[in-house]
Amino acid sequence: MNMNPEERETVCKCGQETEEQKYERLDQVIEIYKSKPGSLIQILHMAQGIFGHIPSELQEYIAGKLNMPVAKVHGVVSFYTHFSMVPKGEHTIQVCMGTACFVRGGKEILETLTDELGIGVGETTPDGKFTLEVTRCIGACGLAPAVTIDNVVYQMMDSNKIKQVLKNGEFGA
Amino acid sequence: MINLTIDNKKVQGQEGQTVLQVAEANGIHIPTLCYMEGVHENFSCRICVVEVEGMRNLQPSCSVKAAEGMVVRTNNEKVLSARRTIVNLMLSNGAHNCLSCEKNGDCQLQDAAYELGIEAPKFILKSENDPGIDDSSPMIIRDNRKCILCKRCVIACNKIVDNDVLGLAQRGSETVVVCDTDKPMGESSCVQCGECVQRCPVGALIEKKSVGKARSWETTKVRTTCPYCGVGCQLNLHMKGEEIVKVTGVEGAQPNDGRLCVKGRFGYDFIYSDERLTTPLIKQADGTFREASWDEALDLVANKFKAIIAKYGPEAVAGVSCARSTNENSYQMQKLVRAVFQSPNIDHCARVCHAPTVSGLMKSFGTGGMTNSIQEFANTKLLFCIGTNMTEAHPVASTFVKNGARNGAKLIVCDPRRHRLADYADIFAQMKVGSDVAFLNAIMNVLINEDLYDKEFVRDHCENFEELKACVMKYPPERGEEISGVPKETIIEIARMLGTVKPAMLIYTLGITEHTCGTDNVISVANLQMLLGNIGKENTGVNPLRGQNNVQGACDMGALPNVLPGYQSFTDPAVNAKFAKAWGVDSIPAKNGLMIAQMLDGLLDKTIRGLFLFGENLVQAEPDIAHVEKCMAAAEFLVSTDIFMTETTRFAHVILPAASWCEDEGTYTNCERRISRVRKIKNAPGEAKPDWWIFKQIAKRFGHEWASNSAREIWDNELAVLCPSFAGVKYYRLDGDGIQWPCPSEDHPGTQILHKDGNFTRGKGLLVPLEWTPPAEVPDAEYPFVLSTGRRLYHYHTRTQTGRAKGLNDLLPEEYADISDIDAGRMGIADGEKIRVWSRRGSVEVTARVSERIQPGLVWMAFHYREGNANWLTNKAYDRVTMTPEYKACAVNISKL
Repeated sequence: MNMNPEERETVCKCGQETEEQKYERLDQVIEIYKSKPGSLIQILHMAQGIFGHIPSELQEYIAGKLNMPVAKVHGVVSFYTHFSMVPKGEHTIQVCMGTACFVRGGKEILETLTDELGIGVGETTPDGKFTLEVTRCIGACGLAPAVTIDNVVYQMMDSNKIKQVLKNGEFGA
Repeated sequence: MINLTIDNKKVQGQEGQTVLQVAEANGIHIPTLCYMEGVHENFSCRICVVEVEGMRNLQPSCSVKAAEGMVVRTNNEKVLSARRTIVNLMLSNGAHNCLSCEKNGDCQLQDAAYELGIEAPKFILKSENDPGIDDSSPMIIRDNRKCILCKRCVIACNKIVDNDVLGLAQRGSETVVVCDTDKPMGESSCVQCGECVQRCPVGALIEKKSVGKARSWETTKVRTTCPYCGVGCQLNLHMKGEEIVKVTGVEGAQPNDGRLCVKGRFGYDFIYSDERLTTPLIKQADGTFREASWDEALDLVANKFKAIIAKYGPEAVAGVSCARSTNENSYQMQKLVRAVFQSPNIDHCARVCHAPTVSGLMKSFGTGGMTNSIQEFANTKLLFCIGTNMTEAHPVASTFVKNGARNGAKLIVCDPRRHRLADYADIFAQMKVGSDVAFLNAIMNVLINEDLYDKEFVRDHCENFEELKACVMKYPPERGEEISGVPKETIIEIARMLGTVKPAMLIYTLGITEHTCGTDNVISVANLQMLLGNIGKENTGVNPLRGQNNVQGACDMGALPNVLPGYQSFTDPAVNAKFAKAWGVDSIPAKNGLMIAQMLDGLLDKTIRGLFLFGENLVQAEPDIAHVEKCMAAAEFLVSTDIFMTETTRFAHVILPAASWCEDEGTYTNCERRISRVRKIKNAPGEAKPDWWIFKQIAKRFGHEWASNSAREIWDNELAVLCPSFAGVKYYRLDGDGIQWPCPSEDHPGTQILHKDGNFTRGKGLLVPLEWTPPAEVPDAEYPFVLSTGRRLYHYHTRTQTGRAKGLNDLLPEEYADISDIDAGRMGIADGEKIRVWSRRGSVEVTARVSERIQPGLVWMAFHYREGNANWLTNKAYDRVTMTPEYKACAVNISKL
């Protein structure tokens, strides 16, 4: 993403900041964007970066700052799978359910993951390590079935391979 | 004009109309589930599709513009088949259980299925998740299983009433209507106005109170006027026998176009309360009341008043009329006092709210009423709202202001509290309580110094400009800031906006009038609008929102100590003779009578010995309750007509049971001078009688035979004849949207805008120089807070009505004291904690509401409940001209309990 210096300030520093500091950074973001029409999604994107998720109170705060119905903010947050209203795990696993991945076994991979992790889609493991999601086509049909973990693509998966990935415990680039 | 063919019929339409609008206008029915006239912006339901020759696909008739030569088919097989599929899909999704649905018979989805011959849903769709029923709010049940996602409720909430609660969430097959962030309605920011319910085409939103009361086909609709605030909303009462099953707003009607607030829509059931007074009551020696016949009670009242008048003269008796009741009743009351008792002492509760409006605007313009009309709020370019918390006190009027702001009008809000309307404002000025004259003078100072005022209008239509100028020159923005607390930059910004954006409407409420300088404040806003040339034109004017349903009317009826009906003067011999002749007496007392506060004090010093109270709960509503109770207890003879026992009737010697709203015909006059009908739908309970009848019976016992025998006869045969401004108003003309006075003849349409083209009633508009004066009691070391009072959304005044309407007590169960978060933090008071608030008059224990909307040093309270009522604390200081109490300012202290 093409970031200006102020935007760069909004990358996630979860866990290192107090709530107050997070709200301060959010205020800076809102200040930059609030006069630009159609900037709600960008602000929410930044807010999720700062807070890790966008709970009701944060939606209300943003709506108040933008002088916008909170239901409208909630409509956008709930529309996009990218936004989460609950805290996410340390790692986000997304199983592709696009047509190619689905027919080549995406569903079995998902079942394996729900069994292994003991959670359903959209949920986070009690230890806070993993969040499991499904996603529409990620454009890697040639590598189907595909899974992403923290935005890194794991290609041509099957039940055993994905178990192995989890076991290795090293994620990301 | 354009010509097109619909279903082989040649029809005509207007340029810009949609095919749906043209078809409707020509009596051709096209079904639709999402369409809303005026605010249609979602084309979601698709069942209004039609075939248009030359266009490839079926077209939604609600969005396709009619064009010259267009050939449209609304009911061929292709169209019907498409509609069938859509309606089938809707019926297959969710739970449309017509058998037990409240909307059965009044459901547009059911109608569409019937029209299309769908017997049962064709598909079986399995819903992934069951949204269930949300009955968490006191008034509305949401059943999203029946929701067809037409979005009418969302648009109603966001674009009609602008309450911004409902929205769509999730996506695809999981799309759902939510409140705020998907909260239960009862925990959301919803104010229960019910606009969404009225607009819902199916049974997804219904009135909780109406469940199980009636099938839709068993009810009949009766149009009437709302009994709460001065907006005068038009209601349809849905009746089954004598019972109101539900209430809806009359769409397309003035002034509310279908909109209602929580009280108007859901506050109707007080009339059925078991606590209604049903028989005359006479106080016994031991202080308890016993039931009596009408004859006994009326004889007693007449004999007591006769005796007092014989012994102490007519001025020893007084009457207080009622701004809640009809014009005809108020007219009859003042006639009783003036003609029968021959006393000048008649007043009513405008004294405690808008008397300064009548007096101030009379002085400035020559007519004491709102100059323009509510419908104009949505169309003007600038709205200047000062001292008006209208989202709570006049909710429906506020929707038109919010519409105006959304339509691009600038909105300036000036108030000590950052109330809800301020959220929509371009400029919000958080003034100190009681600083209005200085603040407005400072604005006018900038307008004159920067040459931003309307010189032509001032020259041609106003007098006394030089005197006004000399005065406001003493109030530069710096001084305005010092007194009002509003930064001088903001004062200058407001002045420049006012000077450059025209037309502009000024709207105010009791924040202006309830001060020792109330009349000055009113004159001051009139000065400002005259200086800007914002008078006598559409979308301009000085617009006071009146507090009660008929406070305008009770003033118009002459229930005031200084004027006769129609604001005619009893000192004018011709007028006096006219009324004396009509009322069958030699003359009318030609002197100003006492005002309410003087009457109360008169009970103590025995200058007043007989007091007739008509529907007034003075004990709760007047300032300094302890003092009022002392006065009441000292009354030699007190009569009270009412529909319930109140804190005031306890002191009465005779209580007469009255018919309420819905139990008699009559008229109310709203704040825009619109005279509207109120209709009878049931008989009064027990032996309760209309007030006009009660007054007539007392007059009879004084030997006066009053001819009129109904509200209609009183209006048509007396008021229209005696008052030039109502001469053209007759009952036969009042069936629809009523008539705005002045209306001098039966062919006159009524008057939407006063002082047209700068032709003021008094000739030229009078600019009056005014010096700022502080409130009578200001904070000091002992009482460091300012207390300001008013009413809240969910109750009306002393709760005699709203306290008996199911659900409203749940929405506001007790009194609160609103305090600033800064003061609360300093004093360690948490939101919801009990605090003590005390003044030099009294002390109350009340729950604190901590809010950042309140400025430090301010305490704000209401007077709905006896416990924690603000009037235990308020000050008996009065407007210098009209004796309206200074409810908006007194000094108090607070402490944590």
